[in-house]
Amino acid sequence: MADRLSYLDWNANAPVRPEAAVAIAQALAMEGNASSVHRSGRAVRRFVETARADVAKLVGARPDEVVFTAGGTEANALALRAFPDRRILVSALEHDSVLANAPGAVRIPATRDGLVDLSALERLLAADKHPALVSLMFANNETGAIQPVAEAAQIAHRHGALLHCDAVQGAGRQSLDMRRLGCTMTTLSGHKLGGPMGVGALIVAGGWDIVPVTRGGGQERGRRAGTENVPGIAGFGTAASAAMADMAAWATVAMLREQAERRFAAIAPNAVIYATASPRLPNTICISMPGVPAATQVMALDLAGVMVSAGAACSSGKVRRSHVLDAMGVPEREAECAIRISLGWRTTAAEIDHLVEAWGALYARTRVSAA
Amino acid sequence: MTGAIARRPNAAPVYLDNHATTPCDPRVVAAMVPWFTEKFGNPHSLTHAYGREAEQAVERARAQLADLIGADPRELVFTSGATEANNMAVKGAARFHRQFGKDGVVTLATEHKCVLESAKALERDGFRVAILPVGHDGLVDLDVVARAIDDKTAIVSVMAAHNEIGVLQPIKDIAALAHAKGALFHTDAAQAVGKIALNVADLGVDLMSISGHKFYGPKGIGALYLRRRPRARVEPLFDGGGQERSMRSGTLPVPLIVGLGQAAALAKTEMAGEAQRLLALRARFLAGLRAKVPEIVLNGNAERRLSGNLNLSFPGLKAIDVIAACPGLALSTGSACTAAEVEPSYVLRVLGLGDELASSSLRIGLGRFTTATEVDFAVDTLAAAVLRLRAGGRMTSEAAGIT
Repeated sequence: MADRLSYLDWNANAPVRPEAAVAIAQALAMEGNASSVHRSGRAVRRFVETARADVAKLVGARPDEVVFTAGGTEANALALRAFPDRRILVSALEHDSVLANAPGAVRIPATRDGLVDLSALERLLAADKHPALVSLMFANNETGAIQPVAEAAQIAHRHGALLHCDAVQGAGRQSLDMRRLGCTMTTLSGHKLGGPMGVGALIVAGGWDIVPVTRGGGQERGRRAGTENVPGIAGFGTAASAAMADMAAWATVAMLREQAERRFAAIAPNAVIYATASPRLPNTICISMPGVPAATQVMALDLAGVMVSAGAACSSGKVRRSHVLDAMGVPEREAECAIRISLGWRTTAAEIDHLVEAWGALYARTRVSAA
Repeated sequence: MTGAIARRPNAAPVYLDNHATTPCDPRVVAAMVPWFTEKFGNPHSLTHAYGREAEQAVERARAQLADLIGADPRELVFTSGATEANNMAVKGAARFHRQFGKDGVVTLATEHKCVLESAKALERDGFRVAILPVGHDGLVDLDVVARAIDDKTAIVSVMAAHNEIGVLQPIKDIAALAHAKGALFHTDAAQAVGKIALNVADLGVDLMSISGHKFYGPKGIGALYLRRRPRARVEPLFDGGGQERSMRSGTLPVPLIVGLGQAAALAKTEMAGEAQRLLALRARFLAGLRAKVPEIVLNGNAERRLSGNLNLSFPGLKAIDVIAACPGLALSTGSACTAAEVEPSYVLRVLGLGDELASSSLRIGLGRFTTATEVDFAVDTLAAAVLRLRAGGRMTSEAAGIT
């Protein structure tokens, strides 16, 4: 194993923030079920409600609009099943957890810059008057491209449609106000913003009734049954507060990202970095090293102790060609050579040096063997 | 037992609500902590060391849990808890088997809300749902079950150990009845796993729901056992990245899964001794309270029940008043899910208790960290409260002129 390790796969999972780890430990030491009426239960309930307020604040929502789930996937599944009578439109850039939960949905095409095509959205909504639900992510998990959510919501509303926003990759890294954006539903994930795995939320704007996926004891106002994952929820809430207080850290991350991208370009003028013409999350780099398959790159970087990914983590462990780059019209052979590098609030300049050296060494090796 | 005192996470109030949830065992917490902090890989990120290390931890935990119930690790799908597992089993099995002309669902009136609500949702979708009564002791009559199952029954779902009255249903016999008609058998074993020995092969169950926080593991994690041979086929509740062999999408929460595995490993070695200890504590509780409050009534079969469970009626009193009079005890009237409701337990009504007796009933759950000292304290506290309430009640009655 390499003698130093640089974790640059923050879009797959972010380490738990220290403040959140403390909250988790406190909650784990408590007895009681948040739905019990006795003193132990009420103490646990307070933990949950404090966290609910903190999570609400992160997206400019009210606490009663927060429905805690087991994570982003469940929240997306809940959102896409929330209004069974509406037809569904999803951007072609969405995460698998949106695409798979709306198999019959109309796909809204994307632009070459990695953004949803708003004129196509307008056309698709105008073509069918049946009330619709549009699902558009806040920022893409592979390229970091920040989507024109507010504009999409305006178009949707003009056509009587609602907007769901999967904000898993944006929340905690960009300020986000779901009311200003015009989202009826917003998906959040705990572990992408420094909370623990196994917890997320769907924020449902007041006044909208949703159909639950999980039925039972009536928790979360009947919108999601199951005993509350109190340590998870407490960690999520604390991480949300910490992320809001620490928003300035992303300026440093943006600077490190710019340095890395400049150095990549200097090493390999033929490398392609995606979605650079669009507003992007400050932490994400999607880059292809022409002629070198993504699987080869991630393995070589892994051997050197640099942890990155070839797209979304998810299920198979197999390296598949990205549907996101496909939707952007990136040629197949080029897309197969793209990797995702994602930074976080505690990424250091030394880690970026490590990355650039390992990437540069691989690039040099492949040029020699090609020559 | 003195060791148990030292392990208790905090001293007061005395926690007697171990059916609602159990404290997370400190040994489970210790196993989980590194996975919250320094070991933070996504178990699906197999392109690097942090991800692979997380994946190995998940698979180790899966094997620990499988070992507890005699399953093959590949037969376990991690979920966010038993509620999700029950929804997935009942709705998923019914929906999957509809294509083969099966449209029947059979369950008991005393099942947990999440099973009953799932059955109701299926009924709205056109399934035939049979909700069977139970006897006064809470146990179901096998003839009643046999009559309810036909060759178009998709799934039969019966709880292994009851969350309010602790009774243990004859699930092995019910599984055989289901199989005789070609139906799948599911058991909600949230209260049973880690408390009583359960072997899926021996019992013949096809689907079994497991909850972490009911046996000293963490909240937010559970599992559904799905038999491989012959294969128990169900439709997933939702889709996504295709994790868990596409049965349950979503990033696997590594720390919670590690905790669930550790809880299973502890239960495997300590379960039998713990059950004996709780049986003795429960006998002490019941004898102690009966000596001071002789009219209490035990609800549910006295022998075939979880060793840590008591469900007691206090004739003439309201359970909520008893709870309010005992701030030093953490007690409940029934399922925590519906604890905020003023309605008496639907379970006790199914057993034939009238509203008055049902609303006088308390659920008491003793657990791993309950001590004899706490039992004695609880008995004294409860008896004193009952005497106080009776005195107060008489005064109220006199004032109202109903002597």
